[in-house]
Amino acid sequence: MADAHVEGQQHPLGIYIKIWILLFVLSGFSYAVDYLQIQGYLRWSLILLFMFLKAGYIMAVFMHMKWERMSLVMAILIPPFAILVFIAIMSLEADWTFLTRETYFTEAFFKLFGK
Amino acid sequence: MAEATTTQAGQLADGMAGFVSDWSSDQRTFKKVPWGKAMMWIFLLSDTFVFSCFLISYMTVRMSTTVDWPNASEVFALSFGGDPIPLILIAIMTFILITSSGTMVLAVNYGYRNDRKKTALFLLITAVFGASFVGMQAFEWTKLIVDEGIRPWANPMGAPQFGAIFFMVTGFHGFHVSIGVIFLFIVMRKVLRGDYDVGRKGFFTSRSGSYEEVETMGLYWHFVDLVWVFIFAFFYLW
Repeated sequence: MADAHVEGQQHPLGIYIKIWILLFVLSGFSYAVDYLQIQGYLRWSLILLFMFLKAGYIMAVFMHMKWERMSLVMAILIPPFAILVFIAIMSLEADWTFLTRETYFTEAFFKLFGK
Repeated sequence: MAEATTTQAGQLADGMAGFVSDWSSDQRTFKKVPWGKAMMWIFLLSDTFVFSCFLISYMTVRMSTTVDWPNASEVFALSFGGDPIPLILIAIMTFILITSSGTMVLAVNYGYRNDRKKTALFLLITAVFGASFVGMQAFEWTKLIVDEGIRPWANPMGAPQFGAIFFMVTGFHGFHVSIGVIFLFIVMRKVLRGDYDVGRKGFFTSRSGSYEEVETMGLYWHFVDLVWVFIFAFFYLW
């Protein structure tokens, strides 16, 4: 039976264990960002860095993306880039909503026109 | 393999050349993967868009609110007798999910070695970790609803959208974990019964499965962990 599974992904246990430990360490770092109350741009960039590293290692090794054929890798990894466009559109929209609220949700405005 | 998965030279090209030749081969595109695994990847891609929509709507409401957003570090702090430790429950949940990803990998590995008992054992351990994650989430929801009075439409700590986003995003993720636990138990039963050794036909697909199904199951489980990585970063840490 074992010979029939030519399509399976078999890899030595060592690499999984290493990545497993690495994921623990990276999660520890993410938590430390909050625990040590790092603020501002440093906080945001550290959170994003650890997040992308963790996501990357999970996909590449645990989900075997690293060993898959390029045709599958591209089919899965390219479409999510469309999300970036969505993020851009919605952050413009959110900015606009915020400015509108700042302008009109004021006490002076309510006094003149009511709530 | 009976299927024509090779080029004329009898060898599959690798890398970008392989990408082009696979997609233009007028055969099945995803070579060297079982169909179930390719379809699981396609499903996970669609699920990526679902969770992206949730996280983008979270970004939109958080950017546009004029009311203060509650500090997640304080909201999710927990005290074990002494001073409250910030975000400790969420950190434990994160570590549990990563541990379960590791045990899932071991299950896949032992599956390919046709080690029925160890595969089933690690699937069981993974399922138990998953169930404990859902349990902790239930505890967290109870704490927020009963003690803090947070509702999907209101929130005594600040922006009302906080409640809506929290319940929707963590609820949807917890639902995924719960389905995953059920899925794990189903695969575990199949492994224990020896379905993948004798090629017994599945109740749903009517196809005989192999230990590759454990790997497909693993993809789903790792994806749930992957989504949590993003939720942890954007909702709890940001």
